[in-house]
Amino acid sequence: MRSICFYFQVHQPFRLRTYRFFDIGKDHNYFDEFQNRYIARRVADKCYLPTNQVMLDLIKEYGSGFKISYSISGTALDQFELYTPDVIESFRRLAETGCVEFLAETYTHSLSALKSKEEFTTQVEAQRNKIESLFGIRPRTFRNTELIYSDHIGEMVADMGFETMLTEGAKHVLGWKSPNYMYRNAINPKLKLLLKNFQLSDDIAFRFSQRSWESWPLTTEKFVDWLNNIDQNQEVVNLFMDYETFGEHQWSETGIFDFLRALPGRVFSHSNYSFNTPSELTDRMQPVAAIHVPHPISWADEERDLTAWLGNDLQDEAFDSIYAIEHKVKSTQNFDLIKEWRYLQTSDHFYYMCTKWFSDGDVHKYFNPYGSPYEAFINYMNVLSDFTIRLDNFYETNNIQSEPEQVNNIPVKEVQKVTKKETITKVAPKKVKEVAIKVTSLNPVLKVEDTELKRKLKLINNKSLAIALVGVNKEINAKVLGNLSKSIQKDINEFDLSKIDKKEVDEARKALLKVLKGK
Amino acid sequence: MKVLMFGWEFPPHITGGLGTACFGLTKGLLHQGVQVIFVVPKAYGDENQQAVRLLSASEVPVDIRDTLYKDHWEDISYIEVGSNLIPYNTPEQFYDIINYTRETGKSEYDSIFSKYYQFSGKYGQNLMEEVQRYALVASTIALQNTFDVIHAHDWLTYPAGIAAKKISGKPLIIHVHATEFDRSGENINQNVYDIERLGMEKADLIIAVSNLTRNIIIERYGIDPDKVHVVHNAVEPTTRPGYTYEEKYVKEKIVTFLGRVTFQKGPDYFVEAAYKVLQKDKNVRFVMAGSGDMLNRMIRRVAELRISKNFHFTGFLDAENVDRMFAMSDVYVMPSVSEPFGISPLEAMRSNVPVVISKQSGVSEVLKYALKIDFWDIDAMADAIYGLLHYDALSKMFIHHGKAEVDNMKWDAAAGMVKDVYLKAIQN
Repeated sequence: MRSICFYFQVHQPFRLRTYRFFDIGKDHNYFDEFQNRYIARRVADKCYLPTNQVMLDLIKEYGSGFKISYSISGTALDQFELYTPDVIESFRRLAETGCVEFLAETYTHSLSALKSKEEFTTQVEAQRNKIESLFGIRPRTFRNTELIYSDHIGEMVADMGFETMLTEGAKHVLGWKSPNYMYRNAINPKLKLLLKNFQLSDDIAFRFSQRSWESWPLTTEKFVDWLNNIDQNQEVVNLFMDYETFGEHQWSETGIFDFLRALPGRVFSHSNYSFNTPSELTDRMQPVAAIHVPHPISWADEERDLTAWLGNDLQDEAFDSIYAIEHKVKSTQNFDLIKEWRYLQTSDHFYYMCTKWFSDGDVHKYFNPYGSPYEAFINYMNVLSDFTIRLDNFYETNNIQSEPEQVNNIPVKEVQKVTKKETITKVAPKKVKEVAIKVTSLNPVLKVEDTELKRKLKLINNKSLAIALVGVNKEINAKVLGNLSKSIQKDINEFDLSKIDKKEVDEARKALLKVLKGK
Repeated sequence: MKVLMFGWEFPPHITGGLGTACFGLTKGLLHQGVQVIFVVPKAYGDENQQAVRLLSASEVPVDIRDTLYKDHWEDISYIEVGSNLIPYNTPEQFYDIINYTRETGKSEYDSIFSKYYQFSGKYGQNLMEEVQRYALVASTIALQNTFDVIHAHDWLTYPAGIAAKKISGKPLIIHVHATEFDRSGENINQNVYDIERLGMEKADLIIAVSNLTRNIIIERYGIDPDKVHVVHNAVEPTTRPGYTYEEKYVKEKIVTFLGRVTFQKGPDYFVEAAYKVLQKDKNVRFVMAGSGDMLNRMIRRVAELRISKNFHFTGFLDAENVDRMFAMSDVYVMPSVSEPFGISPLEAMRSNVPVVISKQSGVSEVLKYALKIDFWDIDAMADAIYGLLHYDALSKMFIHHGKAEVDNMKWDAAAGMVKDVYLKAIQN
């Protein structure tokens, strides 16, 4: 028994509105509410709802014989919730059949895997939780944005506990090998890989309605013949495509829905294929070999690389800029800022800045709301400028210092310890404020005569003195302790000072200096 | 005295300094008691069948709040000629635009990054043909009107001026706002050059907007120096209310380049200078306002230098947004490689913005309170920008005296000089 594995990508970005230079610092609405709503509704009516209905009918007709899988980005789900809740409902009905698997991906369809492991992991976890809360199924198979994969990314995915990942069966990676087997990651052999059969996938996704194509019109008879032509030993044909293929990229008039409706019947009657989900294949199949992918691949364009999103100066500048503020954004713990920052990571924004108009320009143009990549870049950077201003303002109004500064007389090491702890445990901003307090310096102590110091120190109670000495440098410490009796020295060393904060230290020091100044 | 003037668009429909200058000059002339028949090419596609129409005052798109202008309505006739002519276009760009219009059926061209042009497609498909067709219409106008002198602005209207002179026998004055060498550097378009030279030769007298331009006319076109007079441009006191107190929403200081993003204007030097300043001071935002054939290259360069966070592009700005931009600016830079005059620094100074201008501009001949640098000297440019941003005494002095200096440059005075040229031409 051989398998056909269907996976459909469902994604909608939060498109940006036209954001002029004059808006920077003034207007903080970045997203084109009208366009996003309009497109979500249009695609829902043309694609998601009718195609889901076809899938539901097929599952009803063939029972557990017909199985499919979806990867739905978090941004798409957010938009469905906002604009087209009927789409969520429709996916829910599909989920209830038990014949549908939902895959994990990054929440905002981002390229974070290439830049930040922390952000990547967080986003995947967020999307998994979202899927689970909506459909009651926790994804256990992973597919990355645009099927982007490398040995390193695979390793990270394996670390996150996934058993299987989907990617492109790129020719330059496979060479003579067939995509119709299960493979494994080159670094961590536990991670199984399912590779897209781009020939047969693209026959449906891109060439279906292309009249200049020699095989037009594509019928289920032809398609099943091609499936049958595949060597009997090859185990799985992975048909991965955008869900929008049905009804949106290939209009209903092209007959794409009829094709879809008829395909399973033809497969069952004229071939020995069954339909399976990636999870079923994970449980059933074993990898035949490792594949080596040192440089990231994707499912886009003829080159199957990253050049649709990254590589020209515009894209690199924008991409570096958005991740340069990662730490700063996260430290705010502000829901809105973090959410918008994530929406700005969506790969589509970088796709619009692509300048390779020659071979795949048509496809790019079709999805591009901007007149040119330059306009896309300017618009994005304007938005990012405003976002950065808001971020700085957030730090200012909440009185947080963005960069940890050395506090007076407290050894650098200690300060680092404090700030490091903050970023890890993410204490509330209020605590951070205390670190920023400048602690009064005890340097004047060094100028006081020993005899006078000895006399005056006796006027101060031991606990207060101990607190004042927290974090002083060696010189001052020696000077003060040298003028104290042994019993008092011992006393001071025995106080528990672990819970003392900077404010108390500062106060104790001020008191000490006051006493020293007095007669 | 009555002048037949072949001019360019009036505000608010304006694409650059040429329209502003025509407008100011016309007003000044009216004030000097000169009557004007103002002829402009216009291509909005909705014209009726007759190619020329005489407009009543109410139809002219001029700011009617302008009382001076109103007072003199009886002294001006305004004639629109259906035509695709646009100032600043090279024959190649013209061809591109016409083709775009024809192929796409769209009557607008590149709506965000350039001026909104509309075409009817009814007129000439080739700029040279169009210039000649326009001259034909001009001769008709010359036949139907009486006047004492003809005044033509820039090369596109020279043939019209020549034709009008032939028909009427009246003296022709051509006004050179820019030459082909300013627009294209050394790689000139021979056809354009030929038309320019023919215009200069056929003209009775020539008005140049600066000594710089006068020298080019004499040296590059071989024109008799006695024929060429310099009348520097002036600037209108601002009439548009509003944006003087525009609230600035970013806390960084703003340094602005405003103009067509073309070779002539030196935008690349501005980008390089911005990079230098940003190495020293991150609390500055640079803005490149305007559009042109070098815009995309500038965007790429800015991205390559990794300074996009502090360097912004606005695309083409209309009059209102230009005022807004000036109101937000702390320093204005005009790094033109070759600028016959350059009216925009005057507008900046009028809005209390200190300016850095290139020595290769006509306006540097008349301005005292401006920092002048060589366009290629990006170190000096960065230095000047940094100085104006950081040394308050310097910028205060420039703002204060600069404003006074500009307020004294009145179109009335310039128009008086133009009138003298008219008189001289008539006497000859």
